[in-house]
Amino acid sequence: MSATVIELDQEGEASILRIEGDITSASEPDLMAAYGLAVANGATAVVLDFTRLEYMNSGGIGLLVTLLVRAQRAGGRLVASGLSEHYRQIFELTRLDEAIEIKDDEAAAVAAASG
Amino acid sequence: MSAPPTEQRSNEPVRSDADNWARPVDRLSAAGVPGAKDDAVTGKRVSGPLQGFGQLWQKTFTVRLDGVDTTPEAVIALWKDRFPTFWPKGARFYSPLSGIAPGEVALLEIEPLPGAPVRLSTGVLVLYADDESFTFMTPEGHTLSAWITFSARREGEGTIVEAQALERPSDPFDELAYKLGGNGQNNRFWQSTMRNLATAVGVAEPVVDSQIVCIDKNRQWRYWRNVRNSATLRSARRTLTSPVRRLTGRG
Repeated sequence: MSATVIELDQEGEASILRIEGDITSASEPDLMAAYGLAVANGATAVVLDFTRLEYMNSGGIGLLVTLLVRAQRAGGRLVASGLSEHYRQIFELTRLDEAIEIKDDEAAAVAAASG
Repeated sequence: MSAPPTEQRSNEPVRSDADNWARPVDRLSAAGVPGAKDDAVTGKRVSGPLQGFGQLWQKTFTVRLDGVDTTPEAVIALWKDRFPTFWPKGARFYSPLSGIAPGEVALLEIEPLPGAPVRLSTGVLVLYADDESFTFMTPEGHTLSAWITFSARREGEGTIVEAQALERPSDPFDELAYKLGGNGQNNRFWQSTMRNLATAVGVAEPVVDSQIVCIDKNRQWRYWRNVRNSATLRSARRTLTSPVRRLTGRG
């Protein structure tokens, strides 16, 4: 199992969380801390870039739901980018795609998040 | 993890977890599950915590398997194999023929409220399964829009098993029932299940730790129409019309 590495970046009004490694329930402290930093920087829209995602189990999907709820409660939104076809299908299967906008790449996601 | 390493391709996972997830499915089919009627599930879509009506709860039930020489993999294998036997009395779980595996659909019958005269017929999709965990997702019509993950892990010298649910009552009636005792009944159900599992693997006096957190107090009013799929109302109608259907030979 790989550790979760999250790189935080800012692009205009959007914060970008570039996720590398695994997303499981064990990733909660790292992901929530990174999201908290993004919000503290003033971001209302956050891009989750999964280009370097290696592995995600159902605990990881559950974690994304709790992150989404946290964002919605604060009036923010999430946009996902860089999902492989496999994980796009998982988003569709779990109906996560109904709540998190999915874009092909980070640039498109940032544009959507800033719009 | 259970899956072997695979060759990395551009924008693809380094390890393949594809076999652990259910295949994409638009409508569920529970035809062929022995022992129960599938009409409350077949043709329905899955409905997770994002599609429910009521408040969102995260419930985590854990038990330490103290004094037992086992592994997370062995416990999960046992749990999958004998899942229905750990449920409390009165609730029924009809396993799919292929067992608890990704993409399979199981049927179940439960009491929606303590002492309710109606038995709720519904089911679950096995959303995910690997050697150390498995996850169920509910179909439309289930009282809860939810997924629940059963897992086991090493912690120190011992093994810990856990059931963690992320759930919203599906419609306004379900939310009311949840407030009127369904929530507490649901907690007792999983606490009892965890105790039964721990006892089965040899724990003399299992202690279940429960963490119940409401993570979204808001109700999602845009999903009030979920009531049209309500398995509770369907089961109530079936119970009420049962004598007529028997008389007319349609039951």
